Amino acid sequence: MLESILITIATAATPLLIAAMGELVVERSGVLNLGVEGMMVMGAITGFAVALSTGSPWLGVLAAVVVGAAFSLLFGFLTLTLVTNQVATGLALTLFGLGLSGMLGEGFVGRPGVKMANLDIPVLSDIPFIGRLLFGQDPIFYLSILLTIAVAYFLFSTRAGLKLRAVGDNHASAHAQGINVIAIRYGAVMFGGACAGLAGAYLSLVYTPQWVENMTAGRGWIALALVVFASWRPWRVVAGAYLFGGVTIGQLHAQAQGVGIPSQLLSSLPYLATIAVLVIISRNRRLTLMNTPASLGRPFVPDR
Amino acid sequence: MRLELVRRPRQSALFSVLSPFIALALTLIAGAIMFAFLGKNPVTALYYFFIEPLLEVWSLHELAVKAAPLILIGVGLSICYLSNNWNIGAEGQFIIGAITGSILPILFPEWQNAFVLPLMLLMGMLGGAAYASIPAFLKARFSTNEILTSLMLVYVAQLFLDWLVRGPWRNPEGFNFPESRNFHADAILPEILPASGRAHWGFAFAIIAAVLLWFVLAKTLKGFEVKVIGQSPRAGRFGGFSRARMIMFAFLVSGALAGLAGISEVSGAIGQLRPTISPGYGFTAIIVAFLGRLNPLGIVAAGLVLALSYLGGEAAQISIGVSDKVARAFQGMLLFFVLACDMLIHYRVRLVRSPVRDATAFEGVEKNA
Amino acid sequence: MMKTIKASALAVFAVAAATAIVPGGTAFAQDKTKACFVYVGPIGDFGWSYQHHQGLLDVEEAMGDKVETAYLESVPEGADAERAIERFARSGCDIIFTTSFGYMDPTNKVAAKFPDVKFEHATGYKREHPNVSTYNSRFYEGRYIQGVIAANVSEKGVAGYIASFPIPEVVMGINAFILGAQSVNPDFKVKVVWANTWFDPGKEADAAKALIDQGVDIITQHTDSTAPMQVAAERGIKAFGQASDMLEFGPETQLTSIIDDWGPYYVERVKAVHEGTWEQKDVWAGLAEGHVVMAPYKNMPDEVAAQAKEIEEKIRSGEFHPFTGPIKKQDGSDWLAEGEVADDGTLLGMNFYVEGVDDKLPN
Repeated sequence: MLESILITIATAATPLLIAAMGELVVERSGVLNLGVEGMMVMGAITGFAVALSTGSPWLGVLAAVVVGAAFSLLFGFLTLTLVTNQVATGLALTLFGLGLSGMLGEGFVGRPGVKMANLDIPVLSDIPFIGRLLFGQDPIFYLSILLTIAVAYFLFSTRAGLKLRAVGDNHASAHAQGINVIAIRYGAVMFGGACAGLAGAYLSLVYTPQWVENMTAGRGWIALALVVFASWRPWRVVAGAYLFGGVTIGQLHAQAQGVGIPSQLLSSLPYLATIAVLVIISRNRRLTLMNTPASLGRPFVPDR
Repeated sequence: MRLELVRRPRQSALFSVLSPFIALALTLIAGAIMFAFLGKNPVTALYYFFIEPLLEVWSLHELAVKAAPLILIGVGLSICYLSNNWNIGAEGQFIIGAITGSILPILFPEWQNAFVLPLMLLMGMLGGAAYASIPAFLKARFSTNEILTSLMLVYVAQLFLDWLVRGPWRNPEGFNFPESRNFHADAILPEILPASGRAHWGFAFAIIAAVLLWFVLAKTLKGFEVKVIGQSPRAGRFGGFSRARMIMFAFLVSGALAGLAGISEVSGAIGQLRPTISPGYGFTAIIVAFLGRLNPLGIVAAGLVLALSYLGGEAAQISIGVSDKVARAFQGMLLFFVLACDMLIHYRVRLVRSPVRDATAFEGVEKNA
Repeated sequence: MMKTIKASALAVFAVAAATAIVPGGTAFAQDKTKACFVYVGPIGDFGWSYQHHQGLLDVEEAMGDKVETAYLESVPEGADAERAIERFARSGCDIIFTTSFGYMDPTNKVAAKFPDVKFEHATGYKREHPNVSTYNSRFYEGRYIQGVIAANVSEKGVAGYIASFPIPEVVMGINAFILGAQSVNPDFKVKVVWANTWFDPGKEADAAKALIDQGVDIITQHTDSTAPMQVAAERGIKAFGQASDMLEFGPETQLTSIIDDWGPYYVERVKAVHEGTWEQKDVWAGLAEGHVVMAPYKNMPDEVAAQAKEIEEKIRSGEFHPFTGPIKKQDGSDWLAEGEVADDGTLLGMNFYVEGVDDKLPN
């Protein structure tokens, strides 16, 4: 039973993890993209629609990644080239994404989707207690772990990652050193969009293989919170995602066990936990400021 | 050949006025294209969306009912955003304000006189302000990101309302359905012109709040302080303005107005507390605030335009079969265009034909307008 | 191009303005009845609103060109509902169906202003004006049958119940379910999880997974999405569908589903308006009148299906009522004596569990 619960938690945590990882890279480059929810839901409808029409969940995933990146390009163009307010633009992206995905998805509501098959590695996944958890989950779960490793490596062990972090910490001096701030930010934003799209596709292809309006149900916002309370460090995002997933699933189990606490209180635990962790993390002001990409959200216009 | 942005030495007055209209025009064009794509006649679609709701008096009342909370909340948000405090939790403050404002009619239903309503409104404002003070305090004291804290608190507020209305505040005569008792007559916010429609005094509050805040922002020292701190915290410090005080001020004002919107909606339009009392006003108001370009008077217009798009969306649904999601997509597009066009106020767009120049161009020489 | 757009806009405007002045077609009301529907969710939800919309389609099929229909979907409860209902009333609707409990007060408010329009409110209890009727379905009858099937099919003797909100209708459903199960296996248990939503596939899927992880081997739901059925199918757990036939989502695992069939009622009421015989009613109908339909009994042994059909017949003919004593409440006190049948009033306001439910009702 414990293994089954852990798998359920992993399924709940994976979309949060992927979306948050993408946004982490974006924010490390100094851009705040609040449009994660919109990009995720666009990924969800795209993944579902393409998978249903072609019969291949992988094509659906690919399409979702592309659409997520394209959608984020819209955000990038507005905030990086036209230098619009990042908060407002991100919100507009979310709104537009929710509306557009609803429109596109109208014909797909109520249809059973194509589910991505689990990666059931023979022999290994039969190991009692941990076999299925480690070797029998869906492919995207493994992708999410690889993603974390890749992002951590990129940010902290490569020159390109160093440049990206430099842009996020001080775009003016990065620019003075000849680094192309705008180009790096475009790249980061599109990576974030691709991740959000992937996370959305996960929802409609693995989590609940169907399409429903607004099926992201606020996960994009949770992903944003995760980035902050991970202090922009990749492995902490993993911890946060699993913690959040754990509380969400845990409260359902508590209910099933007949624990007498009102279900609304149990349902609000994940959000209260997020606030609590946010407060704890930011209590040390200097530490917070040290960890935050200093240029986060500030507009950058290169002067020529 | 590429697009180049050249910063204007001064904000363009012309574009300050024109940009929202350009944005509106662009949205209409994009909307028309979208409708054509969906196989609907773009002209009729736009007519139903934007003109039909203006044709009947009862519809104008409905416009006021729909716009009132949007304007009230939006105006409060403008103070926040101008001072760089990103209050995304207005929806939660709306709900808590509705709850605190409803204490009297729900817990003391026998107390009925002329004082009930004003007290309710006051308590609503206090409740909203108190709830907004949480993210404000966390930001002022711990530098906790207010976007995330205020947003998480929205979910908490919604669940709290749900619990109240299903549990302790459930209507004893309501067959155990999740709703509070109906408010008695003294607790209902009256309609302004009852004969022609149901626009209630919440709309009047919205206009008054907008004018008041416009005045504060444009003509008082406090307003100046808001804008300075928003644009340059360092300059604010030099001016002797306290960052922490401004955070509290902005959130308290915004929370109070959201709370007022909440109790006005509940007592004017609904008449009781229910598990859902807002179709997302707190979030739509964010769009309204930006559409109104963070100017309280502009927000009045923006609120009406957005309310129009909701009403129009319904009209279009019935008459030409366009779904309600189109209204959302419209609103998103409108915001995009407004933001994009706003750029024109601060920057000139130049088409540069010549190849990239040499290193001397990087000396940071400002081109004059 | 702008000129032609402007010109056609003006033309449309003028025509529309002209039609607005002409009195709203009351001359046609006798020939064509206009039936309007307000839905709380999208018609594509394959659940609550979808089924109401099927009812609209049944009306169109039954009455052909004697009826004109219109509908609004995803209308939030609250201030927007009143506007939507009034809009319909003003646009010449002869009968308006408001399909959610939360529309109760707005329906009555608008009904006061339009005495010539008929209003039908689903699942409500206020009829403050003679032109307001209320209607509901005895879903508990289907729940009882499901309980009987569950106890027969389950090996572990525990079912998982994904509930939405603790309102009387849902509590009634849980009680009927366990009573049906107890009639076969007196020790049958039900684990309840409150999703606090009518429709959220992600949450419902999580709830289903949690229940299955907790060891249940039957899943039933009072939420509207197909997610629990999908999760159950994936794990090979038998399940009951809700509101519509969800067999497509669980071909090997759906036992049956309670289908909300509003068609017969809607056709009856619209015809009544058309013929001028509409009267205020408070209708609570079930299997007997065809409001509740059970999806074909599948994925179970033949004897179980036969037993289910037998119970269904008994309920339909009135020979048996699911809430027949002796029944005790969860706290041990007596509720119904031997042979005593629960009255509608208690059922409609049901806020207590019967003995055997492992859950605490929020109070």
